[in-house]
Amino acid sequence: MIAVFRKTLQLLAMMFLGIATARADGLRGTGDLGVVIERAGGSVLIVETTGQTVLGRVTGLGDLSHASVVFSRDERYAYVFGRDGGLSKIDLLTRRLVGRIIQSGNAIGGAISDDGRLVAVSNYTPGGVRIFDAKTLAPVADIAAIYGPAGQRSKVVGLVDAPGGRFVFSLYDGGEIWMVDCRLCIDGGKPVLTRIGRAGKLPYDGLITGDGRFYIAGLFGEDGLAMVDLWQDPPVIRRIMDGYGKGEAKLPVYKMPHLEGWALADGRFFFPAIGRHEVLVADAGNFREIGRIKMHGQPVFAMARPDGRQIWVNFAHPLNDTVQVIDVPSLKIVKTFTPGPAVLHMEFTPRGEQVWISVRDKDRIDIYDTRTLKRVKSLPVRKPSGIFFTARAHRIGL
Amino acid sequence: MNARRITASVLVSLLLYPAVSQAGGAVPDPSRRQQLIYLLRQDCGSCHGMTLKGGLGPALLPEALAGRRAEDLAASILDGVPDTPMPPWRGEISEDEALWLAGQLLKGLKE
Ligand code: HEC
Repeated sequence: MIAVFRKTLQLLAMMFLGIATARADGLRGTGDLGVVIERAGGSVLIVETTGQTVLGRVTGLGDLSHASVVFSRDERYAYVFGRDGGLSKIDLLTRRLVGRIIQSGNAIGGAISDDGRLVAVSNYTPGGVRIFDAKTLAPVADIAAIYGPAGQRSKVVGLVDAPGGRFVFSLYDGGEIWMVDCRLCIDGGKPVLTRIGRAGKLPYDGLITGDGRFYIAGLFGEDGLAMVDLWQDPPVIRRIMDGYGKGEAKLPVYKMPHLEGWALADGRFFFPAIGRHEVLVADAGNFREIGRIKMHGQPVFAMARPDGRQIWVNFAHPLNDTVQVIDVPSLKIVKTFTPGPAVLHMEFTPRGEQVWISVRDKDRIDIYDTRTLKRVKSLPVRKPSGIFFTARAHRIGL
Repeated sequence: MNARRITASVLVSLLLYPAVSQAGGAVPDPSRRQQLIYLLRQDCGSCHGMTLKGGLGPALLPEALAGRRAEDLAASILDGVPDTPMPPWRGEISEDEALWLAGQLLKGLKE
């Protein structure tokens, strides 16, 4: 009885907030919207970060384990990349699925070009990158990741957009970094492929710096990262942070770290180490290691608050119930939270005053104030994983 | 690497042999079984896909594993596969549980 009453109150409150955030003329902007992946149900929630509410759910998106999202440059459409090769286009305003294709058997992520006209997807099977017209989802280019004398096909990871209508990605099995220029693809031109070179053993993810200059691939098979300076012509690969764990036995990794949440703050880069319970700190000027911060577990994401003052870190199974906050000036951990089992992702609001954290096994999103480090609100969400806010639309590499 | 893998699996099979032959491998109790299936989908799923169709790690569906021995799969689960991201799960998963999981993989999970 009381529960029913509470539910009704909750509903009323939600309706009220819904009304409060929508304008009387029914118009609204999209700069405070976002998408939350509901991993198990093949659905996503459309959320807004001003009143911190759920606006609606879009279903029928297939297998969303390891799903990711990019946004159109007008921040109206979300492109959702599913594990099963699904590429779905969602209208955030009408909250409808407006396009969906199955473009491969097994995909890992995607990117949108600088001009917003192309959406690229990196695939495991068949290994390669496929590029689509962002408007219609019609195919415009297909790049097979074939490497080595025997012509094997490689899984592709770490796909990012780079300035000039280009995409950069890494071959997991092939150990190489490639770049494709697809500026003319939409008007019938051919993609121009550059095999930049050998990255090292088992690159597992990649990032591009916010200025679009450096592409960095993390290596599972080696202690070090491969870096490409895209301002050089032709671009070449350099090894950085080589042998960062020299002589130490690696710990098992129960979940691969993600570099997409890489952090550049105060002239320093922060990376999750692999096989060590550490965040690595490098000088952003010369990419030399300047420190390591001991952490609670194997870091998965190490994400900088937009102003760079803090780094928020989550961890791999079985220590994934915890989040730690690094204070950048002192390189000290200033807070350790235990939101609950399976903290999968974190996303800052556009200017970083709040962070949303998905706690999968609690079916909850926790929202923290990043200044007071206090939880301000929780939202019930079914098995939440990735959280993506539209502000990503205007950032290179996101 | 292969030699190491084979040695490891032989060792594990030897270790497991009595339990398997006498009791068909001690089957975990229902609540533990549920935990293991959750772990399989969610945490193994982060590399093998939630539906086990494959990801960074290979597919773990019956078609993909056809002809493989449960003991060998259990050995990979317990000790991992050296020089690859497949981590060892010994400590979190017992030998009986690994064998039971391998059996589930070979048979295919429901739905
Ligand atoms: C961090 C990523 C990762 C996680 C987590 C992971 N695996 Fe794996 N697994 C792999 C990779 C990569 C391989 C392939 C190794 C190779 O190249 O031989 C593999 C191989 C295997 C194999 C051997 C398949 C064969 O054909 O021999 C089995 C069985 C397996 N994994 C089961 C599991 C189970 C069960 C779990 C969870 C308890 C799990 N894996 C969790 C990455 C992972």
